[in-house]
Amino acid sequence: MEVHDLQETARRIRLLDLETVYRAGAGHIGGEMSAIDILTSLYFHTLRVDPSHPDKPERDRFILSKGHTACALYTTLAVRGFFKEELLQSFLQPYSALNGHPNRVKVAGVETNTGCLGHGLPIGVGMAKAAKISGEHWRVFVLCGDGELQEGSNWEAAMAAAHFKLDNLTVIVDNNRLQQGARVSDTNELAPIAEKFSAFGWATCVVDGHDMKQLCDAFDARATTAGQPTCIVANTFKGQGISFMKDRVEWHHKVPDKDQYEQARQELEELIA
Amino acid sequence: MSTTTSLHDCRDAFVTTLQEEASRNSQIVAVCNDSIGSSKLAGFASHWPERLINVGIAEQNLVGVGAGLANGGKIPFVCAASCFLTGRALEQIKADVAYSQANVKLCGISSGMAYGELGPTHHSIEDFAWMRVLPGIVIIAPADPAETRSAVQFAVNHAGPVFLRLSRVGVPELFDTDHAFSVGKADLLQDGGDLTIIANGTLTHRAMDAAKLLEKLGIQARVLNMGTVSPLDTEAIVKAAEQTGAIITCEEHSVYGGLGSSVAEVVVQHQPVPMKILGVPGIFAPTGSANFLLDEFGMAPEGICEAGRHLVGNKLVGNKGK
Repeated sequence: MEVHDLQETARRIRLLDLETVYRAGAGHIGGEMSAIDILTSLYFHTLRVDPSHPDKPERDRFILSKGHTACALYTTLAVRGFFKEELLQSFLQPYSALNGHPNRVKVAGVETNTGCLGHGLPIGVGMAKAAKISGEHWRVFVLCGDGELQEGSNWEAAMAAAHFKLDNLTVIVDNNRLQQGARVSDTNELAPIAEKFSAFGWATCVVDGHDMKQLCDAFDARATTAGQPTCIVANTFKGQGISFMKDRVEWHHKVPDKDQYEQARQELEELIA
Repeated sequence: MSTTTSLHDCRDAFVTTLQEEASRNSQIVAVCNDSIGSSKLAGFASHWPERLINVGIAEQNLVGVGAGLANGGKIPFVCAASCFLTGRALEQIKADVAYSQANVKLCGISSGMAYGELGPTHHSIEDFAWMRVLPGIVIIAPADPAETRSAVQFAVNHAGPVFLRLSRVGVPELFDTDHAFSVGKADLLQDGGDLTIIANGTLTHRAMDAAKLLEKLGIQARVLNMGTVSPLDTEAIVKAAEQTGAIITCEEHSVYGGLGSSVAEVVVQHQPVPMKILGVPGIFAPTGSANFLLDEFGMAPEGICEAGRHLVGNKLVGNKGK
Protein backbone atom coordinates (compact mmCIF):
# COMPACT_ATOMS: atom_id res chain seq x y z
CA MET A 1 0.00 0.00 0.00
CA GLU A 2 1.26 3.48 -0.90
CA VAL A 3 1.64 6.27 1.63
CA HIS A 4 -1.57 8.06 0.65
CA ASP A 5 -3.59 4.85 0.99
CA LEU A 6 -1.97 4.10 4.33
CA GLN A 7 -2.98 7.55 5.57
CA GLU A 8 -6.55 7.00 4.41
CA THR A 9 -6.62 3.58 6.08
CA ALA A 10 -5.27 5.00 9.34
CA ARG A 11 -7.97 7.69 9.33
CA ARG A 12 -10.64 5.06 8.79
CA ILE A 13 -9.21 2.97 11.64
CA ARG A 14 -9.18 6.06 13.90
CA LEU A 15 -12.83 6.68 13.10
CA LEU A 16 -13.76 3.06 13.80
CA ASP A 17 -11.79 3.15 17.05
CA LEU A 18 -13.57 6.36 18.12
CA GLU A 19 -16.97 4.84 17.33
CA THR A 20 -16.11 1.61 19.13
CA VAL A 21 -14.88 3.32 22.29
CA TYR A 22 -17.83 5.73 22.30
CA ARG A 23 -20.33 2.88 21.87
CA ALA A 24 -18.69 0.77 24.59
CA GLY A 25 -18.33 3.72 26.94
CA ALA A 26 -14.78 2.68 27.78
CA GLY A 27 -11.36 2.28 26.22
CA HIS A 28 -7.93 3.87 26.07
CA ILE A 29 -8.51 6.25 23.19
CA GLY A 30 -5.50 8.54 23.73
CA GLY A 31 -2.90 5.79 23.42
CA GLU A 32 -4.90 4.22 20.59
CA MET A 33 -4.73 7.40 18.51
CA SER A 34 -0.98 7.57 19.14
CA ALA A 35 -0.44 3.96 17.98
CA ILE A 36 -2.75 3.73 14.96
CA ASP A 37 -0.32 5.05 12.34
CA ILE A 38 2.25 2.49 13.54
CA LEU A 39 -0.33 -0.33 13.44
CA THR A 40 -1.53 0.70 10.00
CA SER A 41 1.93 0.83 8.46
CA LEU A 42 2.74 -2.57 9.97
CA TYR A 43 -0.47 -4.39 8.97
CA PHE A 44 -0.95 -2.76 5.54
CA HIS A 45 2.67 -2.48 4.45
CA THR A 46 5.24 -4.49 6.36
CA LEU A 47 3.89 -7.63 8.03
CA ARG A 48 3.71 -10.82 5.99
CA VAL A 49 0.45 -12.10 7.46
CA ASP A 50 -2.50 -13.86 5.90
CA PRO A 51 -5.86 -13.01 7.49
CA SER A 52 -7.38 -16.21 6.11
CA HIS A 53 -4.56 -18.28 7.69
CA PRO A 54 -3.73 -16.37 10.86
CA ASP A 55 -1.66 -19.23 12.34
CA LYS A 56 0.56 -19.86 9.32
CA PRO A 57 3.87 -20.98 10.88
CA GLU A 58 6.06 -18.72 8.73
CA ARG A 59 4.04 -15.53 9.37
CA ASP A 60 5.63 -12.40 10.77
CA ARG A 61 4.66 -11.87 14.41
CA PHE A 62 3.32 -8.69 16.00
CA ILE A 63 2.86 -8.19 19.74
CA LEU A 64 0.86 -5.30 21.17
CA SER A 65 2.75 -5.04 24.43
CA LYS A 66 0.74 -1.94 25.39
CA GLY A 67 -2.29 -4.21 25.56
CA HIS A 68 -4.63 -1.56 26.98
CA THR A 69 -4.88 -0.11 23.47
CA ALA A 70 -6.55 -3.35 22.38
CA CYS A 71 -9.31 -1.51 20.55
CA ALA A 72 -6.76 -0.04 18.11
CA LEU A 73 -5.50 -3.58 17.40
CA TYR A 74 -9.05 -4.94 17.01
CA THR A 75 -10.04 -2.21 14.54
CA THR A 76 -6.80 -2.70 12.59
CA LEU A 77 -7.26 -6.48 12.46
CA ALA A 78 -10.89 -6.04 11.38
CA VAL A 79 -10.03 -3.64 8.58
CA ARG A 80 -7.18 -5.95 7.53
CA GLY A 81 -9.74 -8.77 7.26
CA PHE A 82 -8.91 -11.02 10.21
CA PHE A 83 -12.55 -10.84 11.28
CA LYS A 84 -15.72 -8.97 10.35
CA GLU A 85 -15.99 -5.31 11.29
CA GLU A 86 -19.41 -5.99 12.84
CA LEU A 87 -17.64 -7.87 15.64
CA LEU A 88 -16.30 -4.50 16.84
CA GLN A 89 -19.82 -3.69 18.01
CA SER A 90 -19.41 -6.31 20.72
CA PHE A 91 -16.31 -4.63 22.20
CA LEU A 92 -16.45 -5.02 26.02
CA GLN A 93 -19.95 -6.53 25.92
CA PRO A 94 -20.62 -9.57 28.16
CA TYR A 95 -18.89 -12.67 26.77
CA SER A 96 -17.46 -10.73 23.83
CA ALA A 97 -14.23 -12.06 22.32
CA LEU A 98 -13.11 -8.44 22.34
CA ASN A 99 -12.00 -7.94 25.93
CA GLY A 100 -10.35 -4.77 27.20
CA HIS A 101 -7.03 -6.51 26.56
CA PRO A 102 -6.34 -8.87 23.64
CA ASN A 103 -6.75 -12.65 23.96
CA ARG A 104 -5.05 -14.90 21.42
CA VAL A 105 -7.36 -17.78 22.22
CA LYS A 106 -10.43 -15.77 21.19
CA VAL A 107 -9.27 -13.29 18.55
CA ALA A 108 -7.71 -14.27 15.23
CA GLY A 109 -4.44 -12.47 14.61
CA VAL A 110 -3.57 -11.91 18.27
CA GLU A 111 -0.29 -13.68 19.11
CA THR A 112 -0.23 -13.53 22.92
CA ASN A 113 -2.41 -12.21 25.73
CA THR A 114 -1.14 -8.84 26.85
CA GLY A 115 -2.37 -6.38 29.42
CA CYS A 116 0.33 -6.68 32.06
CA LEU A 117 2.96 -4.18 30.94
CA GLY A 118 6.51 -5.27 30.22
CA HIS A 119 5.54 -8.71 28.91
CA GLY A 120 5.72 -8.22 25.14
CA LEU A 121 9.44 -7.81 24.64
CA PRO A 122 10.49 -11.02 26.44
CA ILE A 123 7.93 -12.97 24.40
CA GLY A 124 9.23 -11.27 21.24
CA VAL A 125 12.74 -12.42 22.14
CA GLY A 126 11.46 -15.99 22.39
CA MET A 127 9.67 -15.76 19.03
CA ALA A 128 12.74 -14.31 17.32
CA LYS A 129 14.95 -16.96 18.91
CA ALA A 130 12.58 -19.70 17.70
CA ALA A 131 13.00 -18.41 14.12
CA LYS A 132 16.78 -18.39 14.47
CA ILE A 133 16.88 -21.94 15.85
CA SER A 134 14.65 -23.19 13.02
CA GLY A 135 16.43 -21.20 10.29
CA GLU A 136 13.13 -19.48 9.48
CA HIS A 137 12.95 -15.95 8.15
CA TRP A 138 9.91 -14.49 9.81
CA ARG A 139 10.31 -11.22 11.65
CA VAL A 140 9.00 -10.13 15.05
CA PHE A 141 7.65 -6.67 15.88
CA VAL A 142 6.79 -5.53 19.41
CA LEU A 143 4.97 -2.28 20.11
CA CYS A 144 5.67 -0.88 23.57
CA GLY A 145 4.46 2.27 25.22
CA ASP A 146 7.21 4.59 26.40
CA GLY A 147 5.93 4.61 29.98
CA GLU A 148 5.85 0.81 29.81
CA LEU A 149 9.64 0.82 29.62
CA GLN A 150 9.64 1.61 33.32
CA GLU A 151 9.00 -2.13 33.81
CA GLY A 152 12.34 -3.86 34.45
CA SER A 153 11.42 -6.98 32.47
CA ASN A 154 11.92 -4.97 29.25
CA TRP A 155 15.57 -4.46 30.09
CA GLU A 156 16.09 -8.13 30.90
CA ALA A 157 14.78 -8.83 27.40
CA ALA A 158 16.76 -5.99 25.82
CA MET A 159 19.98 -7.51 27.16
CA ALA A 160 19.10 -10.99 25.91
CA ALA A 161 18.00 -9.81 22.45
CA ALA A 162 21.35 -8.13 21.81
CA HIS A 163 23.28 -11.05 23.31
CA PHE A 164 21.43 -13.48 21.01
CA LYS A 165 22.01 -11.15 18.03
CA LEU A 166 18.31 -11.15 17.15
CA ASP A 167 18.33 -9.01 14.02
CA ASN A 168 14.86 -10.40 13.21
CA LEU A 169 13.40 -8.52 16.20
CA THR A 170 12.19 -4.92 16.11
CA VAL A 171 10.76 -3.04 19.05
CA ILE A 172 8.78 0.10 18.31
CA VAL A 173 8.45 2.54 21.19
CA ASP A 174 5.23 4.57 20.96
CA ASN A 175 6.91 7.63 22.43
CA ASN A 176 3.94 9.86 23.28
CA ARG A 177 5.67 11.01 26.49
CA LEU A 178 2.49 10.66 28.55
CA GLN A 179 1.65 7.82 30.88
CA GLN A 180 -1.61 7.14 32.73
CA GLY A 181 -1.26 9.75 35.42
CA ALA A 182 1.16 12.38 34.15
CA ARG A 183 3.99 13.16 31.76
CA VAL A 184 6.67 10.47 31.72
CA SER A 185 9.25 13.18 32.47
CA ASP A 186 7.35 14.14 35.62
CA THR A 187 6.94 10.51 36.73
CA ASN A 188 10.10 8.51 36.08
CA GLU A 189 11.98 9.93 33.12
CA LEU A 190 13.04 7.49 30.40
CA ALA A 191 14.78 9.81 27.96
CA PRO A 192 17.02 9.28 26.15
CA ILE A 193 15.34 6.04 25.04
CA ALA A 194 17.31 5.39 21.84
CA GLU A 195 20.59 5.89 23.68
CA LYS A 196 19.54 3.41 26.36
CA PHE A 197 18.78 0.71 23.76
CA SER A 198 21.98 1.62 21.96
CA ALA A 199 23.94 1.06 25.16
CA PHE A 200 22.30 -2.38 25.43
CA GLY A 201 23.65 -3.24 21.97
CA TRP A 202 20.68 -2.43 19.74
CA ALA A 203 20.58 -0.63 16.40
CA THR A 204 18.33 2.39 16.91
CA CYS A 205 16.58 5.12 15.00
CA VAL A 206 14.12 7.87 15.80
CA VAL A 207 11.18 8.59 13.49
CA ASP A 208 8.01 10.68 13.37
CA GLY A 209 5.48 8.08 14.47
CA HIS A 210 2.73 9.74 12.46
CA ASP A 211 4.69 9.85 9.19
CA MET A 212 3.82 6.75 7.13
CA LYS A 213 6.83 7.07 4.86
CA GLN A 214 9.25 7.28 7.77
CA LEU A 215 7.56 4.36 9.54
CA CYS A 216 7.57 2.10 6.47
CA ASP A 217 11.19 2.91 5.70
CA ALA A 218 12.20 2.17 9.30
CA PHE A 219 10.32 -1.16 9.28
CA ASP A 220 11.92 -2.29 6.03
CA ALA A 221 14.11 -5.38 6.41
CA ARG A 222 16.84 -3.54 4.48
CA ALA A 223 16.98 -0.99 7.31
CA THR A 224 18.01 -3.61 9.88
CA THR A 225 21.58 -4.18 11.00
CA ALA A 226 22.99 -7.72 10.76
CA GLY A 227 23.53 -9.21 14.20
CA GLN A 228 21.62 -6.54 16.11
CA PRO A 229 17.99 -6.12 17.16
CA THR A 230 16.36 -2.85 16.11
CA CYS A 231 14.69 -0.26 18.32
CA ILE A 232 12.58 2.35 16.56
CA VAL A 233 11.63 5.27 18.77
CA ALA A 234 8.47 6.59 17.15
CA ASN A 235 7.70 10.08 18.38
CA THR A 236 3.94 10.33 18.67
CA PHE A 237 1.17 12.27 20.36
CA LYS A 238 -1.48 10.81 22.58
CA GLY A 239 -4.85 11.63 20.98
CA GLN A 240 -3.30 12.30 17.54
CA GLY A 241 -5.92 13.29 14.95
CA ILE A 242 -8.44 14.76 17.40
CA SER A 243 -7.61 18.35 18.36
CA PHE A 244 -8.90 18.45 21.91
CA MET A 245 -7.35 15.09 22.82
CA LYS A 246 -3.91 15.69 21.40
CA ASP A 247 -1.10 15.57 23.97
CA ARG A 248 -3.61 15.64 26.85
CA VAL A 249 -2.94 13.18 29.66
CA GLU A 250 -6.59 12.94 30.72
CA TRP A 251 -7.43 11.20 27.42
CA HIS A 252 -5.50 8.11 28.52
CA HIS A 253 -8.81 6.44 29.24
CA LYS A 254 -11.40 9.18 29.18
CA VAL A 255 -14.49 8.56 27.02
CA PRO A 256 -15.90 11.37 24.84
CA ASP A 257 -19.38 12.67 25.64
CA LYS A 258 -21.88 13.17 22.81
CA ASP A 259 -20.66 16.61 21.80
CA GLN A 260 -17.03 15.58 21.99
CA TYR A 261 -17.79 12.47 19.96
CA GLU A 262 -19.52 14.51 17.23
CA GLN A 263 -16.64 16.97 17.09
CA ALA A 264 -14.01 14.21 16.99
CA ARG A 265 -15.96 12.40 14.31
CA GLN A 266 -16.26 15.53 12.21
CA GLU A 267 -12.52 16.21 12.52
CA LEU A 268 -11.63 12.68 11.42
CA GLU A 269 -14.20 12.64 8.60
CA GLU A 270 -12.89 15.92 7.24
CA LEU A 271 -9.47 14.31 7.09
CA ILE A 272 -10.81 11.50 4.92
CA ALA A 273 -10.71 12.53 1.30
CA MET B 1 14.17 -42.44 58.18
CA SER B 2 14.16 -46.18 57.92
CA THR B 3 14.67 -46.54 54.18
CA THR B 4 17.20 -49.19 53.31
CA THR B 5 17.17 -48.96 49.51
CA SER B 6 19.50 -46.60 47.66
CA LEU B 7 18.32 -43.06 47.07
CA HIS B 8 17.97 -41.22 43.77
CA ASP B 9 18.08 -37.57 42.74
CA CYS B 10 15.09 -37.26 40.36
CA ARG B 11 16.87 -34.54 38.39
CA ASP B 12 18.89 -37.38 36.81
CA ALA B 13 15.79 -39.16 35.50
CA PHE B 14 14.48 -35.75 34.38
CA VAL B 15 17.47 -34.86 32.21
CA THR B 16 18.02 -38.38 30.91
CA THR B 17 14.42 -38.52 29.71
CA LEU B 18 14.53 -34.96 28.38
CA GLN B 19 17.59 -35.84 26.29
CA GLU B 20 15.98 -39.03 24.99
CA GLU B 21 12.91 -37.07 23.96
CA ALA B 22 15.01 -34.23 22.49
CA SER B 23 16.94 -36.67 20.32
CA ARG B 24 13.61 -37.78 18.79
CA ASN B 25 11.89 -34.40 18.68
CA SER B 26 13.86 -31.46 17.34
CA GLN B 27 11.27 -28.96 18.58
CA ILE B 28 12.24 -29.56 22.21
CA VAL B 29 14.41 -26.77 23.60
CA ALA B 30 15.66 -26.06 27.12
CA VAL B 31 15.55 -22.56 28.61
CA CYS B 32 17.40 -21.68 31.80
CA ASN B 33 18.54 -18.80 33.98
CA ASP B 34 22.25 -19.44 34.53
CA SER B 35 21.05 -22.76 35.94
CA ILE B 36 22.75 -25.28 33.66
CA GLY B 37 24.44 -26.91 36.65
CA SER B 38 21.51 -26.97 39.06
CA SER B 39 19.16 -28.14 36.30
CA LYS B 40 21.76 -30.71 35.16
CA LEU B 41 21.56 -29.44 31.59
CA ALA B 42 25.26 -29.70 30.73
CA GLY B 43 24.65 -32.87 28.67
CA PHE B 44 21.75 -31.24 26.82
CA ALA B 45 23.92 -28.18 26.15
CA SER B 46 26.76 -30.22 24.70
CA HIS B 47 24.44 -32.26 22.44
CA TRP B 48 22.32 -29.35 21.25
CA PRO B 49 24.05 -26.03 22.02
CA GLU B 50 21.68 -24.17 19.68
CA ARG B 51 18.65 -25.57 21.55
CA LEU B 52 19.82 -24.50 25.01
CA ILE B 53 18.75 -20.92 25.67
CA ASN B 54 20.39 -19.42 28.73
CA VAL B 55 18.91 -15.98 29.44
CA GLY B 56 21.05 -15.30 32.49
CA ILE B 57 19.70 -14.30 35.87
CA ALA B 58 16.39 -12.89 34.63
CA GLU B 59 13.32 -14.95 35.45
CA GLN B 60 10.68 -12.63 33.99
CA ASN B 61 12.48 -12.76 30.68
CA LEU B 62 13.01 -16.51 31.15
CA VAL B 63 9.30 -17.27 31.18
CA GLY B 64 8.42 -14.68 28.52
CA VAL B 65 11.06 -16.16 26.22
CA GLY B 66 9.56 -19.59 26.89
CA ALA B 67 6.13 -18.34 25.81
CA GLY B 68 7.63 -16.79 22.66
CA LEU B 69 9.45 -20.01 21.78
CA ALA B 70 6.19 -21.91 22.15
CA ASN B 71 4.51 -19.42 19.79
CA GLY B 72 7.30 -20.18 17.32
CA GLY B 73 6.49 -23.90 17.41
CA LYS B 74 9.06 -25.02 19.97
CA ILE B 75 8.40 -27.15 23.05
CA PRO B 76 10.32 -25.23 25.69
CA PHE B 77 11.34 -26.86 28.98
CA VAL B 78 11.92 -23.80 31.15
CA CYS B 79 14.22 -24.94 33.95
CA ALA B 80 14.99 -22.89 37.03
CA ALA B 81 15.06 -23.17 40.80
CA SER B 82 11.38 -23.46 41.64
CA CYS B 83 11.48 -20.59 44.15
CA PHE B 84 12.65 -18.07 41.53
CA LEU B 85 10.72 -19.55 38.62
CA THR B 86 7.34 -19.44 40.33
CA GLY B 87 7.91 -16.47 42.62
CA ARG B 88 9.76 -13.98 40.47
CA ALA B 89 7.93 -14.76 37.23
CA LEU B 90 4.44 -15.44 38.58
CA GLU B 91 2.79 -12.75 36.45
CA GLN B 92 4.50 -14.07 33.30
CA ILE B 93 3.31 -17.57 34.20
CA LYS B 94 -0.23 -16.25 34.66
CA ALA B 95 -0.52 -14.07 31.54
CA ASP B 96 2.01 -15.41 29.03
CA VAL B 97 1.69 -19.12 29.80
CA ALA B 98 -1.59 -20.00 31.53
CA TYR B 99 -3.94 -17.33 30.14
CA SER B 100 -2.34 -17.50 26.69
CA GLN B 101 -2.46 -21.33 26.77
CA ALA B 102 1.16 -21.44 25.66
CA ASN B 103 2.77 -24.85 25.26
CA VAL B 104 5.40 -24.18 27.92
CA LYS B 105 6.79 -26.78 30.35
CA LEU B 106 7.77 -25.07 33.59
CA CYS B 107 10.31 -27.20 35.44
CA GLY B 108 10.66 -26.13 39.06
CA ILE B 109 13.99 -27.60 40.09
CA SER B 110 14.97 -28.15 43.75
CA SER B 111 11.45 -27.37 44.90
CA GLY B 112 10.14 -27.61 48.45
CA MET B 113 12.94 -27.26 50.99
CA ALA B 114 15.55 -28.99 48.85
CA TYR B 115 17.93 -26.06 49.34
CA GLY B 116 17.66 -26.72 53.08
CA GLU B 117 20.18 -24.62 54.96
CA LEU B 118 20.12 -21.88 52.31
CA GLY B 119 16.89 -20.89 53.95
CA PRO B 120 13.43 -19.60 53.11
CA THR B 121 14.55 -17.35 50.21
CA HIS B 122 15.47 -20.56 48.41
CA HIS B 123 12.63 -22.72 49.69
CA SER B 124 9.72 -23.16 47.31
CA ILE B 125 6.89 -24.14 49.60
CA GLU B 126 4.33 -21.84 47.97
CA ASP B 127 4.51 -23.13 44.39
CA PHE B 128 1.60 -25.60 44.49
CA ALA B 129 -0.62 -22.81 45.80
CA TRP B 130 0.53 -20.25 43.23
CA MET B 131 0.35 -22.63 40.28
CA ARG B 132 -2.92 -24.33 41.08
CA VAL B 133 -4.98 -21.13 41.19
CA LEU B 134 -4.00 -20.48 37.57
CA PRO B 135 -6.44 -22.24 35.20
CA GLY B 136 -5.07 -24.76 32.75
CA ILE B 137 -1.68 -25.71 34.20
CA VAL B 138 -1.12 -29.42 34.79
CA ILE B 139 0.84 -29.71 38.06
CA ILE B 140 2.95 -32.81 38.61
CA ALA B 141 5.14 -33.68 41.60
CA PRO B 142 6.79 -37.03 40.86
CA ALA B 143 7.80 -39.29 43.74
CA ASP B 144 10.61 -41.33 42.20
CA PRO B 145 12.75 -41.69 39.06
CA ALA B 146 10.21 -43.80 37.14
CA GLU B 147 7.38 -41.36 37.78
CA THR B 148 9.68 -38.47 36.84
CA ARG B 149 10.54 -40.17 33.58
CA SER B 150 6.90 -40.80 32.77
CA ALA B 151 5.94 -37.24 33.72
CA VAL B 152 8.54 -35.77 31.35
CA GLN B 153 7.19 -37.95 28.53
CA PHE B 154 3.68 -36.76 29.34
CA ALA B 155 4.82 -33.11 29.32
CA VAL B 156 6.33 -33.49 25.85
CA ASN B 157 3.13 -34.90 24.42
CA HIS B 158 0.62 -32.73 26.28
CA ALA B 159 -0.40 -29.63 24.30
CA GLY B 160 -0.46 -26.94 26.98
CA PRO B 161 1.19 -25.64 30.11
CA VAL B 162 2.73 -28.09 32.59
CA PHE B 163 4.42 -27.39 35.91
CA LEU B 164 6.84 -30.17 36.80
CA ARG B 165 7.83 -29.88 40.44
CA LEU B 166 11.15 -31.61 40.93
CA SER B 167 13.36 -32.13 43.94
CA ARG B 168 17.02 -32.87 44.44
CA VAL B 169 16.44 -34.69 47.72
CA GLY B 170 17.14 -38.41 47.39
CA VAL B 171 14.16 -40.76 47.15
CA PRO B 172 13.98 -44.55 46.80
CA GLU B 173 12.50 -46.27 43.76
CA LEU B 174 8.78 -46.80 44.36
CA PHE B 175 7.56 -47.75 40.91
CA ASP B 176 8.70 -50.25 38.29
CA THR B 177 10.95 -48.64 35.71
CA ASP B 178 8.21 -48.92 33.05
CA HIS B 179 5.65 -47.17 35.26
CA ALA B 180 3.19 -45.21 33.13
CA PHE B 181 2.18 -41.99 34.82
CA SER B 182 -1.50 -41.27 34.33
CA VAL B 183 -2.39 -37.59 34.54
CA GLY B 184 -5.07 -36.78 37.09
CA LYS B 185 -5.02 -40.31 38.53
CA ALA B 186 -3.75 -41.21 41.98
CA ASP B 187 -1.68 -44.38 42.40
CA LEU B 188 -2.97 -46.82 45.00
CA LEU B 189 0.33 -47.91 46.59
CA GLN B 190 -1.19 -49.84 49.45
CA ASP B 191 -4.80 -50.55 50.36
CA GLY B 192 -6.31 -50.28 53.80
CA GLY B 193 -9.60 -49.45 55.44
CA ASP B 194 -8.78 -47.47 58.58
CA LEU B 195 -7.43 -44.25 57.10
CA THR B 196 -5.84 -42.89 53.92
CA ILE B 197 -2.48 -41.18 53.64
CA ILE B 198 -2.20 -39.00 50.55
CA ALA B 199 1.25 -37.76 49.55
CA ASN B 200 3.40 -36.87 46.58
CA GLY B 201 6.97 -35.98 45.68
CA THR B 202 9.50 -36.54 48.44
CA LEU B 203 6.75 -37.47 50.91
CA THR B 204 5.39 -40.56 49.22
CA HIS B 205 8.09 -42.94 50.45
CA ARG B 206 7.77 -41.45 53.96
CA ALA B 207 4.02 -42.14 53.77
CA MET B 208 4.75 -45.75 52.80
CA ASP B 209 7.08 -46.15 55.77
CA ALA B 210 4.47 -44.59 58.05
CA ALA B 211 1.88 -47.10 56.80
CA LYS B 212 4.20 -49.94 57.87
CA LEU B 213 4.50 -48.45 61.36
CA LEU B 214 0.72 -48.05 61.56
CA GLU B 215 0.27 -51.68 60.59
CA LYS B 216 2.28 -52.67 63.67
CA LEU B 217 -0.31 -50.77 65.71
CA GLY B 218 -3.09 -52.67 63.99
CA ILE B 219 -4.13 -49.74 61.80
CA GLN B 220 -4.54 -50.51 58.10
CA ALA B 221 -3.66 -47.42 56.09
CA ARG B 222 -4.40 -46.85 52.44
CA VAL B 223 -1.60 -44.93 50.69
CA LEU B 224 -2.32 -42.82 47.63
CA ASN B 225 0.41 -41.18 45.60
CA MET B 226 -1.16 -37.96 44.25
CA GLY B 227 1.40 -37.21 41.57
CA THR B 228 -0.92 -34.76 39.83
CA VAL B 229 -2.15 -31.91 42.02
CA SER B 230 -4.06 -30.38 39.12
CA PRO B 231 -6.21 -31.86 37.69
CA LEU B 232 -6.89 -33.62 40.97
CA ASP B 233 -8.19 -37.18 41.26
CA THR B 234 -11.39 -36.24 43.10
CA GLU B 235 -12.83 -39.70 42.60
CA ALA B 236 -9.98 -41.37 44.52
CA ILE B 237 -10.30 -38.78 47.30
CA VAL B 238 -14.06 -39.21 47.69
CA LYS B 239 -13.64 -42.96 47.66
CA ALA B 240 -10.91 -42.75 50.30
CA ALA B 241 -13.16 -40.59 52.49
CA GLU B 242 -16.11 -42.97 52.08
CA GLN B 243 -14.16 -46.18 52.56
CA THR B 244 -11.57 -45.22 55.20
CA GLY B 245 -13.26 -42.31 57.01
CA ALA B 246 -10.06 -40.35 57.75
CA ILE B 247 -7.39 -38.69 55.59
CA ILE B 248 -3.88 -37.44 56.25
CA THR B 249 -2.05 -35.42 53.61
CA CYS B 250 1.74 -35.00 53.53
CA GLU B 251 3.64 -32.54 51.36
CA GLU B 252 6.90 -30.63 51.17
CA HIS B 253 4.91 -27.40 50.94
CA SER B 254 3.10 -24.98 53.17
CA VAL B 255 0.02 -26.44 54.83
CA TYR B 256 -1.83 -23.56 53.15
CA GLY B 257 -2.90 -23.85 49.54
CA GLY B 258 -1.13 -27.04 48.48
CA LEU B 259 -1.97 -30.74 48.30
CA GLY B 260 -3.69 -30.78 51.70
CA SER B 261 -5.85 -27.80 50.82
CA SER B 262 -6.72 -29.36 47.46
CA VAL B 263 -7.80 -32.60 49.12
CA ALA B 264 -9.70 -30.74 51.86
CA GLU B 265 -11.65 -28.75 49.26
CA VAL B 266 -12.89 -32.04 47.82
CA VAL B 267 -13.52 -33.67 51.20
CA VAL B 268 -15.56 -30.84 52.72
CA GLN B 269 -17.73 -30.50 49.64
CA HIS B 270 -18.31 -34.17 48.89
CA GLN B 271 -17.66 -36.43 51.87
CA PRO B 272 -16.61 -34.66 55.07
CA VAL B 273 -14.33 -36.82 57.26
CA PRO B 274 -11.62 -35.98 59.83
CA MET B 275 -8.41 -34.79 58.16
CA LYS B 276 -4.89 -33.86 59.14
CA ILE B 277 -2.81 -31.69 56.82
CA LEU B 278 0.93 -32.18 57.30
CA GLY B 279 3.37 -29.74 55.74
CA VAL B 280 5.33 -26.64 56.59
CA PRO B 281 3.18 -25.10 59.34
CA GLY B 282 2.82 -21.53 58.08
CA ILE B 283 6.27 -20.35 59.13
CA PHE B 284 9.57 -19.49 57.48
CA ALA B 285 11.56 -22.64 58.22
CA PRO B 286 14.51 -22.53 60.60
CA THR B 287 17.98 -23.57 59.44
CA GLY B 288 18.29 -27.22 58.52
CA SER B 289 18.40 -29.74 55.68
CA ALA B 290 15.19 -30.70 53.89
CA ASN B 291 15.06 -34.09 55.56
CA PHE B 292 15.76 -32.55 58.99
CA LEU B 293 12.99 -30.00 58.47
CA LEU B 294 10.49 -32.58 57.22
CA ASP B 295 11.16 -34.61 60.37
CA GLU B 296 10.87 -31.48 62.52
CA PHE B 297 7.51 -30.64 60.97
CA GLY B 298 6.08 -34.02 61.90
CA MET B 299 6.70 -35.78 58.61
CA ALA B 300 9.18 -38.44 59.69
CA PRO B 301 7.44 -41.81 59.25
CA GLU B 302 7.04 -41.85 63.03
CA GLY B 303 5.42 -38.40 62.95
CA ILE B 304 3.00 -39.36 60.19
CA CYS B 305 2.25 -42.60 62.06
CA GLU B 306 1.49 -40.65 65.23
CA ALA B 307 -0.80 -38.28 63.34
CA GLY B 308 -2.54 -41.34 61.88
CA ARG B 309 -2.98 -43.04 65.25
CA HIS B 310 -4.43 -39.83 66.66
CA LEU B 311 -6.77 -39.30 63.72
CA VAL B 312 -8.08 -42.88 63.83
CA GLY B 313 -8.60 -42.46 67.60
CA ASN B 314 -10.65 -39.32 67.00
CA LYS B 315 -12.67 -41.10 64.36
CA LEU B 316 -13.57 -43.90 66.79
CA VAL B 317 -14.46 -41.44 69.59
CA GLY B 318 -16.59 -39.52 67.13
CA ASN B 319 -18.43 -42.68 66.09
CA LYS B 320 -19.07 -43.71 69.70
CA GLY B 321 -20.63 -40.33 70.37
CA LYS B 322 -23.29 -40.95 67.73
